[in-house]
Amino acid sequence: MTQFNRRTMIKIGGAAATLPLLGSRAFAQEKLKVGFVLIGTPDDNGWNHGHDRGRQEMVDAIGADKVETTVVTNVPEGPDSERVFRELAQQGHKLIYATSFGFGDYVHKVAKMFPDVKFEWATGNATAPNVSLYNAKFHEGRSVIGTISGMMTKTNKIAYIGSFPIPEVRMGINAYAIAARKANPNVTVKVVYVDSWFDPAKEADAARALIDQGVDIITQHTDGPAALQVAEERGIVGGFGQGADMSAFAPNAHLTAIIDRWGPHYIKSVQSVLDGTWAEGSVWDGLASGEVEIGPYNAKIPADVVAAAEATKAGIIDGSLHPFAGPIKDNAGAERVAAGDIIDDGEYWAVDWYVEGVEA
Amino acid sequence: MSTELIIAIIITIAGAATPILLAALGELVVEKSGVLNLGVEGMMLIGAVITVAVTLTTGNHLLAVVCAALAASLSSLIFGVLTLTLSANQVATGLALTILGTGFSALFGQPYTGKDVPLLRSPFPPELATDPIWRVLFGYSPLVYFALIMVVVVWWFLQKTRAGLILRAVGENDLSAHSIGYPVIGIRYLAVAFGGAMAGIAGSCFPLFLTPQWVERLTTGRGWIALALVVFAAWRPFRLLAGAYFFGLMMIFEIYAKTNSAFRVLPSEFWAALPYLATVLVLVLISLRREGSTAAPACLGKPFVATG
Amino acid sequence: MQLRLEKRSQPSQLLRVVTPIAAVLLTMVLGAIVFTLLGYDGVGAVREIFISPLVNSYKWQDLAVKAAPLIIIAVGLAISYRANVWNIGAEGQYIIGAVVGTGVGLATNSMTGWWIMPLMMLAGAAGGAAYAAVPAFLRVRFRVNEILTTLMLTYVSVYVLNYLVFGPWKSPTSMGQPQTVMFSADQSLPYIIPGTIVQLNAPIAIVVALVAWLVFSRFVFGFQIRVVGAAPHAARYGGFSADRTVWLALLISGGLAGFAGVLEAMGPFGRLVPQFPTNYGFTAIIVAFLGRLHPIGVILAGLIVALSFVGGEMAQISIKLPFAAVGIFQAMMLFLLLASDLLVRYRLRVVRPGEVPA
Repeated sequence: MTQFNRRTMIKIGGAAATLPLLGSRAFAQEKLKVGFVLIGTPDDNGWNHGHDRGRQEMVDAIGADKVETTVVTNVPEGPDSERVFRELAQQGHKLIYATSFGFGDYVHKVAKMFPDVKFEWATGNATAPNVSLYNAKFHEGRSVIGTISGMMTKTNKIAYIGSFPIPEVRMGINAYAIAARKANPNVTVKVVYVDSWFDPAKEADAARALIDQGVDIITQHTDGPAALQVAEERGIVGGFGQGADMSAFAPNAHLTAIIDRWGPHYIKSVQSVLDGTWAEGSVWDGLASGEVEIGPYNAKIPADVVAAAEATKAGIIDGSLHPFAGPIKDNAGAERVAAGDIIDDGEYWAVDWYVEGVEA
Repeated sequence: MSTELIIAIIITIAGAATPILLAALGELVVEKSGVLNLGVEGMMLIGAVITVAVTLTTGNHLLAVVCAALAASLSSLIFGVLTLTLSANQVATGLALTILGTGFSALFGQPYTGKDVPLLRSPFPPELATDPIWRVLFGYSPLVYFALIMVVVVWWFLQKTRAGLILRAVGENDLSAHSIGYPVIGIRYLAVAFGGAMAGIAGSCFPLFLTPQWVERLTTGRGWIALALVVFAAWRPFRLLAGAYFFGLMMIFEIYAKTNSAFRVLPSEFWAALPYLATVLVLVLISLRREGSTAAPACLGKPFVATG
Repeated sequence: MQLRLEKRSQPSQLLRVVTPIAAVLLTMVLGAIVFTLLGYDGVGAVREIFISPLVNSYKWQDLAVKAAPLIIIAVGLAISYRANVWNIGAEGQYIIGAVVGTGVGLATNSMTGWWIMPLMMLAGAAGGAAYAAVPAFLRVRFRVNEILTTLMLTYVSVYVLNYLVFGPWKSPTSMGQPQTVMFSADQSLPYIIPGTIVQLNAPIAIVVALVAWLVFSRFVFGFQIRVVGAAPHAARYGGFSADRTVWLALLISGGLAGFAGVLEAMGPFGRLVPQFPTNYGFTAIIVAFLGRLHPIGVILAGLIVALSFVGGEMAQISIKLPFAAVGIFQAMMLFLLLASDLLVRYRLRVVRPGEVPA
C-alpha cells in the first residue's frame, strides 16, 4: 500500500496550489496507483473483506513493482464519497474502484472532472466513457445453498435475513426459495429485513426469533457472521457464510459459504489499464468465471446433498440450469414466468415480487 | 402457541433486555444523584471492546467483565471531572463521552475485529439449561441473572439504606444537602463511577452472549434506549425492570410482525419504528398519571458549585 | 479542597473568545502526543487533519460544503440550548426537512420556474419545525423531557425516509434501487463559484448565522438570558414565558435543521436516498458548543469541525490513520472546551500550590 512520507505530501500540496481548483495532476511515476473506496472496513468478514481480498490477489498477480493501492474505508454513500474520489484522483490514482451502489452519483460527477482517470462502479447501473460496471451473480450461489437447505431442513421452515429490499437481495431470496422448493416442495422461507447492512445485535435478535419459531436453517444477506453465531449456539441444522468463508465463527452450523471473488476481475481490469486497453463496459459474471464461489462443504452434509448441490452448480456453470427458469409463481399464487421461459438479466432488476413459498 | 415457543420467546426477550436494563440501572443511580450522563452509549462501547480484548487474551470471562466495568467507570470519571469538578455542561460532556467511546473502541478494537469470542453460557448444568421447560429458569447467561439481582440491590440501596437516602437527598436538593455537611460532589462522583461500571457490564453482554464478536459500533444505539428507559420507568428500579423487558418484547415483536402476513396491513418500517414510538407514548402516559408534577430528581442536570 | 473558585461578577468576554481557540490548539498538541503513544504518526495526524486541508486551496471548497449544513443546524441548536431546551434530535428534523422538501420537489419535478426552489426550501424548514413541534407540544403540555423525545423521533424519522424511498417515492428508472428521481435544474442549488463544488448553501449558511446574530442579540437571546438567568426554575418548569421559550427554541432549531436538510438534498445529494442521514444533526451539537452557542462562533466552529472530517479523510489516504481517530480528536476538542468553560465564569485560585484535586 501507499506510504506517503512528509516530503511527498509537501510535493502534492505545493503542486496543487499552483493548479486550477479542479485540475488533475499526473505524477512522474512508473507504478500504477489504484484506489479502493469501501463503505466499511476490510475486516468485516463480508462484503468489504471480499473486495480487499480481491485487491491483495490482484497485487500478488500483477506485482507490487507495477501497482500500488490505496484503500479508503468507512466512506459513507453520499457527498462525502465525492470528496474521497476527487482526493484519490488528485493524488494520482489512475484507476479507482467504487465498491458500493450508493457511490454511483458521485463516481459519475468526479469522472467528468477527471476524464483520464478510470472508474469502476461495483453493482452499478450506468456507464460513461471512463466509468465501467462490475457485478457478480450472487443469486447463482443462492441456488446452490437453496438446494442444500431444501434437502437438509427437518422442520421445512428456513429463513433469510436480508438488509434492505433491493433487487440483489430480493433476487437472492427468490433464487434461494426456488431451489429449496425444487428440492423439497414443502419448504417455506421466512424473510426478515433488518434495515441495515450491519447491525449485529439486530441480526442476532432476528436469528433467535426465527429459530424460536421453528426455523432450522438461516441464510443471510448482511455483512458479518452474527446470524451464523446464533445458529451455532442454538444447534440448529445450520446457516451459510455470506461473502466469505465464516466457518471459524460457527464450525458446526456453517454448512458452506457463498464467497465473493473479485480478484479475477481486478487482475483483468488493472492489466487492461496497464496495457492501455481498458474500455467502458459492464461485467456481470457468476459461478462460471469464478467471481462467485461455493466454499468447502461441512463434513456433516450427507453425500447425496453434496452431490445435488454440485449438480446445481454444474448445471448453472454449463448453462443447462437457470436460477430463474419458469414456471414461476409468485407468493400470491399468480404465474409470473411461463414454463420454458426465464427471468433474464434485463428483467432481473424490475422484479418486485417474491416467489411461491416466501413469507415476507 | 406451545409452551416451548413461549419459553423460547421469553429467553430471547431476556437476552435483548439485559444490556439496556444494566445500563439503565447505572444511569438511574446517576440521575438520582442529580447528574445526567448522556455518555452511556460510549461507555457501553468501551465496555464491549475491553470485554473482547480481555476474553480473547486471557479466556477469562469474569476478568473480562471486571475489566470492562473498570474501564467504562474510568471513562465516566472524565465526565465526572468535567461536570462535577469543573461544572461543565452535562449534556455536552455526555455527548462528548459518547463520541470518545465510539472513536476509542473503534481504534482499540481493530486487532480484535472479526474474531469469534467464546460465549458466556448458563452457569447451570446443561441438563437444566437446555431442557425445553426448565431452561425458562436456568437457560440464561450469568449476566442476565446479575441484572435481575442488581434491580433488587439498587432498589434496596436507594430505598432502605442511609447511603441511598443521602444520594437521593443530593439529587433532590444539593444546596441543603451541602449545608447539612454531605459531600455533594463526592457522592455524585461515586454515582457517576457506578453508572460507568454498569454501562461497561452492559457492553459486555454484546460480545459475551448476544453477538460474540467485536465490530465498530457494536451496541448500535442501545445506550440511548437505556437513557429513555430511566425516564420511562420514572426513576424506579422495578418499573425499570418491567420497562426493559417490555422494550425487549417490542424488539422481538418487530421480527414476528415482519414474518407474519397479519401485520402486513402496515409497512414494515412502521413495526421497526414502533419501539421508539411506544417509548414516546409511554412517556406521555406516565406524565398524564402524574399531572403537574414530575418524578425527575429536582437537581437533574444542574451543576453544583461549592464556592468559597 | 485546595481549589478555590471565585465567581466573576461578569463572565470574562476575553476568555469566552480565547478558550475555544486554546482548546483547538491544545487538542492538536495533546492529539499528537496521544497518537504517537498509540503507535501512530501523531505529528503527521495533526498535520494532515488540521493543516493540510488549509494549505491546499483545492480543499477549501470541501470545507465550505461540509461546514454549511453544520453551521445552519448549529445556529438553531445554539438558540435552543441558550434557552435551556435540549433538542438533541436535530438529525431527525434534518431528515424530515429533506423529506418534506423532496415531497414538494417530486410534485414539481416536471415544472419549471424560479418559485420552485424557494418553495422547496420553505417546505423543508416547515417540515423540520413541524417535527420539532411534537416534542415541544409534549414538553409544554405533558412535561415530557425533550432530550428523549427528540432522540426517539430521530430513529422514527429514519424509518419514514426508508418507507418513502423504498416504496412510493422510488424512481421508476432506478432499476429497483431505492432512490428518488434526480431533482431538476430548477430544483438544484446553483454552483456559485465556477469550477468548484461550492453551491448556494454555503453563503446561505453564513447569512443564516448573521441574521440569527442580529435578530436574536436584540430580541430573543436577551429575553431568554433574562428568563433563564433570573429565574431558571420558572424557565424550566412552568409559567407562560417558559412555555413560549420551549416552543420558540424547538421551532427555530427544528426549522433550521429542516432547512439544512432540504438544502443538502437539493445540493450535494441531488436526490433523496436511504444514505441521506450522515449524522450532521449530531455533529452540529459539537459545533454549537464549540462555537460558544454564539452564531459567529458557530461559523468558525463549523469550519473547524469540517476541517477535522476533511483532514481525517486525507490522513486516511496519506498516512493510513484510521478514521476513528477523527472522533477522538473531536471529543478531545469538546472536552477541553467544556473544561475551560469554568474559567470564563470563575476565577481559579489554588490555595495550596502544587496539588490540584481530581
